[in-house]
Amino acid sequence: MYGPLWRALPGPVWVRVLILLVLAAAVVLVCFQWFFPWVSDYVPMNQQTVGEGAP
Amino acid sequence: MTAQGTRSSPPGSVPHRGAPRMVPHANPTHGRPGRRGGVGSHVVGVVGELLITLGVLLALFIVWQLWWTDVQGDRYQADVIDSLAWTPPPAQADADPTPRRDEPPVMDEPANLTVFAQMYVPRFGADYVKPVAQGIDKAEVLDTIGIGHYPGTAMPGGLGNFAVAAHRTTFGKPFNKIADLREGDPVVVRTEDTWYVYRVTTHLIVYPDEVGVVAPVPSDPDDPDVVPTQRLITMTSCHPLFSAAQRYIVHGELDYWLPVEDGTPAELTDAGIDPSSAGGP
Repeated sequence: MYGPLWRALPGPVWVRVLILLVLAAAVVLVCFQWFFPWVSDYVPMNQQTVGEGAP
Repeated sequence: MTAQGTRSSPPGSVPHRGAPRMVPHANPTHGRPGRRGGVGSHVVGVVGELLITLGVLLALFIVWQLWWTDVQGDRYQADVIDSLAWTPPPAQADADPTPRRDEPPVMDEPANLTVFAQMYVPRFGADYVKPVAQGIDKAEVLDTIGIGHYPGTAMPGGLGNFAVAAHRTTFGKPFNKIADLREGDPVVVRTEDTWYVYRVTTHLIVYPDEVGVVAPVPSDPDDPDVVPTQRLITMTSCHPLFSAAQRYIVHGELDYWLPVEDGTPAELTDAGIDPSSAGGP
């Protein structure tokens, strides 16, 4: 999975490492901004109201 | 570079399958014995990488949930307080904060999501001030603005039960130290013009479906005809920490009120909280 990715990247090793770091940062950004907030709605550790079908 | 060598073996390439054959002239740097031995080990390799990826994502989720949401929540909630730009109370020198126990002014319930109050709790720290908004929607109020007012319950100072909810962990965790509150602790609510000083009376732990705690008269929640005679506050948050199994409830009762233009409640100034300098921008 990551082997073909590494071989598909152009340039010398340091360029590839740089590209991978940028890619990883982008993945973290997408997760923090959109993916995790969406997931957290389904993780029942954050409910503090009382009521029917407490949100 | 992939498994082409298994199909036709060009001269000089190392055969990947079949009987091991010594190739005296094989390039030593090319030798990765058993590395891509077959479909089976390739699948195992991909599955392993997927599992590692999943583990990293789970770890990142924990980081996001337990750290980043607090960073964002604290920042946003401080911005909300600043953006209210309410007139700060007069400085201590020319203030006359005489507690008033007559009929307090009570504002009408605002539109959903409106930020209508600030909450100060000396027990939570001298720099603690959080905005209170109308509604208890998780994404639009509790995960962002902080403290949410149960729609339909009393407004600050009103007869009945001013009921609010907030996170105990994550998203700025306004009620993180709710279990530290003791009987008699002040909980101070400010609307634009009025201070309301409540005092904690009791706390209890209930199941999420016990909605009676936010009823106008929590001691008699099932009687629809009961007329509230007390001016209560109720704070709800999750319990135990990092769980949604139960709810931690704190009840309080109004002690007195005070027009903001008269000064700052002694409960705040005694605790080193000075909204006349820190509150407004």
